[in-house]
Amino acid sequence: MWSDYLQLIKAEGLVAIIMFILLFLKLGKKERNTESLLHFINVLLVINFISGFFFNAEGTLFGDMFQTNSLLSLEKNILNLGTLIISLQSFQWLKGHKHILEFYMLLLSTLLGMFFMISSNNLLMFYLGLELSTIPLAALANFDLEKRTSSEAAMKLILSSAFSSGLLLFGISMLYGATGTLNYQELSQQLTGTPLQILSFVMFAAGFGFKFSAVPFHLWTADVYEGSPVAVTSYLSVISKGAILFVFVSVLYRVFQNISVVWYNLLFILSVLTMFIGNLFALRQQNMKRFLAFSSVAQVGFILIGITGQSAAGSASVIYFILIYIFSNLGAFGVVSLVSAVTGKETVNDYKGFYKNNRMLSWVLAISLFSLAGIPPTAGFFGKFFLLLAGAGKTSSSGWQLNYILITIAALNMVISLYYYLRIIKAIFMDKNDNPVEKVKSTFSPNLSFIICVAGILVTGFASSAYDYIFSLVK
Amino acid sequence: MNYSEYISLILLLPLAGFVLLGLFGKKLFKQSSGMIGVLVLLISTVLSLYTAYQYFFVNGKLNDVYQTIIPVKYTWLQFASGTSIDMGITLDPIAVMMLVVVTFVSLMVHIFSLGYMKGEKRFSTYYSFLSLFTFSMLGLVVASNIFQIYIFWELVGISSYLLIGFYFDRPSAVAASKKAFIITRFADLCFLIGILILAFEGGTLDFNTLIHRLTDTQSSQYISITTASFLGVSVLTWALTLVFIGGAGKSAMFPLHVWLPDAMEGPTPVSALIHAATMVVAGVYLVARLFPVFSINEASLYIVTWIGAISAILAAIVACTQTDIKRVLAYSTMSQIGYMMFALGVAHLGGESGLGYTASMFHLFTHAFFKSLLFLCAGAVIHLIHSNEMNDMGGLRKYMPVTHITFLVACLAIAGVPPLSGFFSKEEVLLAAFHSNKLIYGIALFTSGLTAFYMFRLYFSIFWNKSKSLDTHAHEGTFSMKLPLIVLSICTLLAGFIPFGNFISSDGKNLELPFLLNFSIAPVLFALTGIVVAMRMYKKENNLPHRVAASLGGLYKAAYRKFYIDEIYLFITKKIIFNLIGRPAAWIDKNIVDGTMNGIAYGTGKVSHWIKGIQSGKVQGYALYFFSGIIVLAILVIYFWK
Repeated sequence: MWSDYLQLIKAEGLVAIIMFILLFLKLGKKERNTESLLHFINVLLVINFISGFFFNAEGTLFGDMFQTNSLLSLEKNILNLGTLIISLQSFQWLKGHKHILEFYMLLLSTLLGMFFMISSNNLLMFYLGLELSTIPLAALANFDLEKRTSSEAAMKLILSSAFSSGLLLFGISMLYGATGTLNYQELSQQLTGTPLQILSFVMFAAGFGFKFSAVPFHLWTADVYEGSPVAVTSYLSVISKGAILFVFVSVLYRVFQNISVVWYNLLFILSVLTMFIGNLFALRQQNMKRFLAFSSVAQVGFILIGITGQSAAGSASVIYFILIYIFSNLGAFGVVSLVSAVTGKETVNDYKGFYKNNRMLSWVLAISLFSLAGIPPTAGFFGKFFLLLAGAGKTSSSGWQLNYILITIAALNMVISLYYYLRIIKAIFMDKNDNPVEKVKSTFSPNLSFIICVAGILVTGFASSAYDYIFSLVK
Repeated sequence: MNYSEYISLILLLPLAGFVLLGLFGKKLFKQSSGMIGVLVLLISTVLSLYTAYQYFFVNGKLNDVYQTIIPVKYTWLQFASGTSIDMGITLDPIAVMMLVVVTFVSLMVHIFSLGYMKGEKRFSTYYSFLSLFTFSMLGLVVASNIFQIYIFWELVGISSYLLIGFYFDRPSAVAASKKAFIITRFADLCFLIGILILAFEGGTLDFNTLIHRLTDTQSSQYISITTASFLGVSVLTWALTLVFIGGAGKSAMFPLHVWLPDAMEGPTPVSALIHAATMVVAGVYLVARLFPVFSINEASLYIVTWIGAISAILAAIVACTQTDIKRVLAYSTMSQIGYMMFALGVAHLGGESGLGYTASMFHLFTHAFFKSLLFLCAGAVIHLIHSNEMNDMGGLRKYMPVTHITFLVACLAIAGVPPLSGFFSKEEVLLAAFHSNKLIYGIALFTSGLTAFYMFRLYFSIFWNKSKSLDTHAHEGTFSMKLPLIVLSICTLLAGFIPFGNFISSDGKNLELPFLLNFSIAPVLFALTGIVVAMRMYKKENNLPHRVAASLGGLYKAAYRKFYIDEIYLFITKKIIFNLIGRPAAWIDKNIVDGTMNGIAYGTGKVSHWIKGIQSGKVQGYALYFFSGIIVLAILVIYFWK
């Protein structure tokens, strides 16, 4: 009985245990060797990731509030992997930081929040998880303690998310008022599509849109992404987004299936706006960090297309894409983070002639950008391909072939995005620079993360078994 | 041994060779790349022969019918249930035969190149390209999926491009490789459209399922593809014709043949491998692979037949007038592939009427040996003389005895003199044509006379004619160059005695190839006449050829200029496409497209400027936009867009 119980919340339990270990370390002696401490934490995260493959059970807990199954376990483990990669990459930055343990405790508590959110079977549980995953993020955004922009980012993040949470909560309470329940299964039967329900759904969706920064709920991203430390920016733009998208898909498909016509149209607008505005923003960025952050806004637009598919293929393609997206985006962020930590250089102009002194890093960055742009044979191509395939597979109920319009717009945006991704690659390999970035010395941890990312990018696309596996879980 | 245990090695070894030599060849294996290439191909060849033995003699048959065996299959991209791109290996009689032909000829070429390419600066690059080509060609012949064949089809095209342009410091080689690539690309575009139509109508990309569905007259796919029509022609005919255009491009069929003679700019062993024995027969192979579908569609078979026949005679006429020995061989290849094509075109599925199918494959098989032999001999000659021009040669029989004898064997074979292999296979092709269409038979007969004439014109011009004195150091080349010539000439001598119908027939059943003594009188007479005429004109130096050329006048000139087909292409592209389409398009591009783009860029700049205004940095402003976003969206989905 107890073992069943523990097995069901194994993923959450492990993260909590790691947090407690870190807490005890904090209570102990003051001075520690930061490098060995970081290695120790990374080993813990590796163990956490590996154990994510084993002993996964299916079932519900806490009076039907919490549920888990092999698909959800896989989603959690994808996030584990992403967190591990980010941790490996922030080695250089954290090495000189005083508050390593606090950083990880905050990071892991957001991860814990995401796990509860993914496993939620009740809107209350969902909201609890959401808050747990948001509030510590504001503290994390403030982690460059001496930088003013970092505090500004934290302040803006907490204020904006408080606002969006308020509206989300308002939506949830109206939904409760309209249906009398918060449980997913019961909700899905009660929904009939009255204006009140739709209004509350729009608020609910806007709360999600805020988290995965869909236009027009994305405005906070610019300032927060720029001000936060690179590791936090990559965490925000990859892991946090991935988690909320996982939840969004399952909530839409499971709870709001009855009003799918409504959310199809809503997603249509959001996706078109997000792709265009995200691309327009990314086009003008000169700062690599901001550039990657905005390109990730545009990527969300593509993911929304996959979600519009309303099929098992839609769900599988989103999970598959996020896996690939973690590899590609973190590969790129990793290089930028390393270069920024060592030399302090962050602009596109600084990257001119980067290839001259940094062969390995240039290739990692180039492969990641190719994957983000969706150029075959990198995994990004296959990821986008399946997303668009899922979106095209939606049979239109109205006379308008909206799905094909959406695909056409997506294709157009892929071309636009190609321009700015290739602009970076051109800067790295072709542009002349009298004063290129010096050779950046990389250590074991970042190198390991690059190997994971590049291998992921190159292998995931060709191993169609990965997609098939996800697809089989979704069905 | 089970097939699946070793069959992939036949393909993967050349691929590994390509990767190894391509990445490290220049640094690590500067000298030994050739030996590595030969060794890899040797193992592949032995495995292919073993596979052939297993398939044909041990376990390929079930109830006296050769089965299609798929030992390896990997689903790569799944689109929908039933429609997927697979990577697989199919074994059926023609695939197994092609495995043997490709690996064997490739091995011979690898060995020959050891001597021929010796001292070349990019020696290991050459071998890595050869390995890439071999891998791609093998992948093409064993493809289990029509999309797989397309992928390898393009890979073959790429490796051909790389090898034709191997001497990239010569502008003519660069132009030739571009020409070959662009023309086959156009054909491949048609091929792709054909594939997509077939896949759309058949609901699958898998060869066996596709053939099964499209030949079953009861199936819904068959009914839909035959009843639907476009411009008055059924969709099936369209699809097959488009597929055939792809095949015709690769196989250098009229009028898409113009790239083949120019492709002779590549190293001669490459011409022997790619432009004689393997890649150029890919089109024939493609039609044979889809033969069950072609056979239910009279119209597309009719196209195949006539394109084949026209190519056969046209190329033979042009070959009589060319003076570059490799170009003569190139036109001869085109002519012989024409034979294979129309043999397929006159065939039907099953039994005696499937004779053309077997004959075509038989001719493909024997042609691979004697034509690669001819090219390798030509390579040996060019290696000695350093020229492709017939006028620079003559009396070489004293200097290169092995080349002389093997070249003679190959000439006799291609001319169809009994009992060499070419005689038997050409005999079956002619017989198939005779039973089906007398006009085709007439063309084929006349062409076989021409074939004998131009081959012996070549033979006498190179080895007899004027006596040329070379310095005493002139020798024939290394042992590695002679060995393939001898091995191939033995194959040329013996390949005709293989009872081919026992192995390959249109329905997999045993087919006794008919051999009629009185029927073979006419072709042999034609061949002998051709030889005698050639001997009279070219054995000794005289002015007879000039007089004949003068008396033929315009016809000779037209044939010498290859019937002006290149000029027609140039006229169409330069005058019509560039002036009528290109220039207006350029104008539109400069003024309208660029203008639009500039406008978009300007607009984008404006919009981002405007967005920047939204991005004020003030959180209360963000909240306002957030809230208005919700209101607008809610109004939209509740009232306007339900």
